[in-house]
Amino acid sequence: MQLLGLCPLLAVTGTVINGLGLGLATTLVLVTSNVTVSLIRPWLSAEIRIPIFVLLIASAVTAIELAMNAFFHELYLVLGIFIPLIVTNCAIIGRAESFASKTDALRALVDGLTMGLGFTLVLVALGGMREVLGHGTLLSEAQLMFGPMARDWVITLWPHYRGLLLAVLPPGAFLGLGLLIAIKNLLDGRRARRAAVRPVPAPAADAPA
Amino acid sequence: MPPAWRNTLRAGALLGLFAVAGTGLVAFVHGHTQARIAANERAVLLRELHAILPDSLYDNNLANSRIMLHSPELGAHAGEGLPAYLATKDGRPSAIVFTVVAPDGYGGPIKLLVGIDARGVITGVRVISHQETPGLGDWIDTRHSDWIYGFTGHSLHDPPLSRWAVKRDGGDFDQFTGATITPRAVVGAIRRTLLYFDAHRDQLFAQVPAQTP
Repeated sequence: MQLLGLCPLLAVTGTVINGLGLGLATTLVLVTSNVTVSLIRPWLSAEIRIPIFVLLIASAVTAIELAMNAFFHELYLVLGIFIPLIVTNCAIIGRAESFASKTDALRALVDGLTMGLGFTLVLVALGGMREVLGHGTLLSEAQLMFGPMARDWVITLWPHYRGLLLAVLPPGAFLGLGLLIAIKNLLDGRRARRAAVRPVPAPAADAPA
Repeated sequence: MPPAWRNTLRAGALLGLFAVAGTGLVAFVHGHTQARIAANERAVLLRELHAILPDSLYDNNLANSRIMLHSPELGAHAGEGLPAYLATKDGRPSAIVFTVVAPDGYGGPIKLLVGIDARGVITGVRVISHQETPGLGDWIDTRHSDWIYGFTGHSLHDPPLSRWAVKRDGGDFDQFTGATITPRAVVGAIRRTLLYFDAHRDQLFAQVPAQTP
């Protein structure tokens, strides 16, 4: 199992909305970067390939950061330094190098989209877990992303819940991540065992001589 | 020109071209979002100031009546000023909101807004940035407790100066169980602000502009 992009995962997944916000921003960067890299394939000579990826990703992230500052200002303030840190997310340069620079734009777009949405899913899952344990709520502060009418979307599971502080702090993020990896290993193992047990089609019976 | 040199020059030119394109994109987006970003930041500032001063106390645009203060008592470093906002009603000064920095927070400096009216009474205090421990020191934040609202209505001699401290230091203000350093830093900063206001009140209010733009 590959573990990429852990920095934002551990720091920003305090709530579902924070995880969702950063996940969608990362997806946008992934799609933009993948498509652009795919389109400039003819000019990617070996010596300057990596610097061009870095330039491209940094420009895309800066543009997206400015757009978030302008149109989602509250969320921008909450996510803070982790928006520009998307540049350092090795998943983005990883996909550009190993996939987008070798296929056409449509495949690169789909790859960026699916990778990004998968990343968002993990951020939301971990964010949900930490929010439920740490604050007893889900979807709190939804108005940061969806506007003032989303203020009532918060689901309070236990009123007057004081909150498990550990879930809110970074060690809680590590523990939560470990739990997610353990669950995935469990599911993978089950799937592998089921495939091994499945009967191999019997060879045709030998015709009697 | 040997082919190796030609390749290098070509590669360099290509890189330069991409650099220009990337910079162009960023410049384009920047130009188109600059106004909105400035408006957003002004709105956040006005919302914070609005939480500290009651509406009835002023009728001017606070964002336009900013003065920069360089006093070390308010926590300003050399060369860097801290903004204060003058509030007026019918052209007469009615209150001032100071930006104060408490350098002795547990996790680092704590930045506060302290609103004081013309009589020297605190209209409100809010913490606008801090690095205090979640679950302990961060109770100075309104999102976690109402502690900071308790300063409203107090002034330099209410409680008397000697009692402007946390209870553990012989004062009147609650500290938090398990976190004394954080509330001590905040109480100290507010006390220093009140002393500063008392000493410089007339100079500060004299800076009210002749007419509000």
